[in-house]
Amino acid sequence: MEYYLQLIINGLVVGSIYSLVALGFVIIYKATKVVNFAQGELVMVGAYVCFALTVQAGLPFLASFVLTLLFSLILGLSIERLILRPLIGEPIISVIMVTIGLSSVLKALVQLIWGTQIKVYPQVLPHEPIFLLGLPISPVYIAAFILAVILFTIFSLFFKYSSIGIAMRATAFDQQAAQSMGIGIKNIFALSWCIACVVSSIGGVILGNINGINSQLGAMGLKVFPAVILGGLDSLLGAALGGLIIGVLENLCDGLAKELFNLGGFKEVAAFIILVFILMLKPYGLFGSHEVERI
Amino acid sequence: MKADKCGLFFESYGQENQIFPSPVQKTCLGAFLLFLLIVPFILDSYYLSLFNLIFIAVIGAVSLNLITGICGQISLGHGAFMGVGAYATGYFMNLGINFFEALLLGGLVASLVGIVFGLPSLRLKGIYLAIATLAAQLILEYVFLHWDSVTGGSNGLALDAPAIFNFYFDNDLKMFYLLFFFALISTLAISNLMRSKYGRAFVSIRDFYLSAEVIGINLFQYKLYAFGISSFFAGIAGGLAAVYAMYITPEQFGIHLSISYLAMIIIGGMGKIIGSVFGAVFITLLPEFLSIVSQHLSAFFPDISTYLLGLKEGIFGLILILFLIFEPEGLAHRWHLIKAYFKLYPFAH
Repeated sequence: MEYYLQLIINGLVVGSIYSLVALGFVIIYKATKVVNFAQGELVMVGAYVCFALTVQAGLPFLASFVLTLLFSLILGLSIERLILRPLIGEPIISVIMVTIGLSSVLKALVQLIWGTQIKVYPQVLPHEPIFLLGLPISPVYIAAFILAVILFTIFSLFFKYSSIGIAMRATAFDQQAAQSMGIGIKNIFALSWCIACVVSSIGGVILGNINGINSQLGAMGLKVFPAVILGGLDSLLGAALGGLIIGVLENLCDGLAKELFNLGGFKEVAAFIILVFILMLKPYGLFGSHEVERI
Repeated sequence: MKADKCGLFFESYGQENQIFPSPVQKTCLGAFLLFLLIVPFILDSYYLSLFNLIFIAVIGAVSLNLITGICGQISLGHGAFMGVGAYATGYFMNLGINFFEALLLGGLVASLVGIVFGLPSLRLKGIYLAIATLAAQLILEYVFLHWDSVTGGSNGLALDAPAIFNFYFDNDLKMFYLLFFFALISTLAISNLMRSKYGRAFVSIRDFYLSAEVIGINLFQYKLYAFGISSFFAGIAGGLAAVYAMYITPEQFGIHLSISYLAMIIIGGMGKIIGSVFGAVFITLLPEFLSIVSQHLSAFFPDISTYLLGLKEGIFGLILILFLIFEPEGLAHRWHLIKAYFKLYPFAH
């Protein structure tokens, strides 16, 4: 029993990071209808920049965290301006491929600058586990979970009440109508990339604190697909819940496969088997908006 | 003297539908094929191996172009379908079935797997289908790695050199002709398919699926045909890659392979058969070209070879992005422009 409880808790922690990455993905998809295959690489770049600032430049952790966010902001702006804007109105496959190209470039840059070795973050939070329900949990995990919850609350409020958030929702709903109401669509696109990059790099920094980072971190970006499909491609709440559910299910399946069938490495694929079932049964996910086809 | 007609005049649909409508095209192609038949005697085995890799890539790219460029169904699982073909071919060959039949069986198994993973296309399209095929890719990769009794797991699967009637294709020169034969046949087969009822149905599904359905095309059936045929040729390409390398490991058929095939058809030109050929040549030669450049640069940057892997990936991504932004129609479009220029040569207008 305790084994499964441990699995669930680990799943929740991994899931909260999936949720953060999924949040970035959903924000981009919602506003610009771009499917971003480079989400994992944005996480990785954020993690490496923060690592470079704390360890290599010797800044205090908080300062480098803020600088990382600033860097991500600029990264998001330049990606949108240089790569995605020329492709507005191109077919889906072109947009998918350009983000795949972007992910190769980012991965290569990280490899060229920092090499392929695992880098370890300096210890920010204490290592002694906190006991919750009798289970030992590392403080980093709890911090990750709390940070994820805070970010989701902030963004939910932002989209609900701030005028920029409302403009972003309007753009997502109908670009032409939004434009005719005086909303600068291009600014909204740029903004959504900025937000997505910032959120991803927060995810990256948390991940770095948990496991250390290496240049394969970006592969985790693929895990975001089961999460967003489960939640619905354009729903923030869906991203949050989808990430958590996929994290937990993945850990449970992995644990079960190990116990029952002695199968190793099932974690890598469990989420995608779930994904196939979701796509067959409920392709718009839990909270996604259905596309209505009109001729 | 009777004035002869200048240019191409089609008097029937049959004429217009020919794969090579003009005599000039036929002559050029014939000369090119003849050149390819002779060229292996002049080249050393390094260049021959490049040719062989290109032939395999051509089959893979043309088949991906069928499903993605011509039928409009984005497939991120093409590499895995090739892997299925490779493993099936290897498995059957190790059972003692001869090469040719094993290859066909491998293609059929790949085709079956392609159809199974194409089933979601009944309900899904665009990005959802792309994600479903991505899932197919990752699930199949897992199967390659863990179904030890068939695939050999992470140890891989060793094969004998392919043989037809006790004639062993055991060096690059012999493989050249074998692969050349298959590349030619596959390319011609798919070009031919393009001008049949099926090809027209695929194109109409790509252009607008609702109109296609309205004019009486059974969307589901034709999408599955497209998945089946495309995966069949992918399986053939995979089987050929397997017998060429004589060794199969799961890493060969990872997601990077799917991505590089997608890059081939993007760079070559979506929906154009000749484009897939250009793309296959381009993407296969790119890493070789970069290796050669880095060898020349190593005099100035001694540790460039340690960065080579990262550089290759980065330049691949960069070229993909640049093509999508500046040449979205691909090399086939550029080729068309060049031909048009010379056709009208001294008089540009």
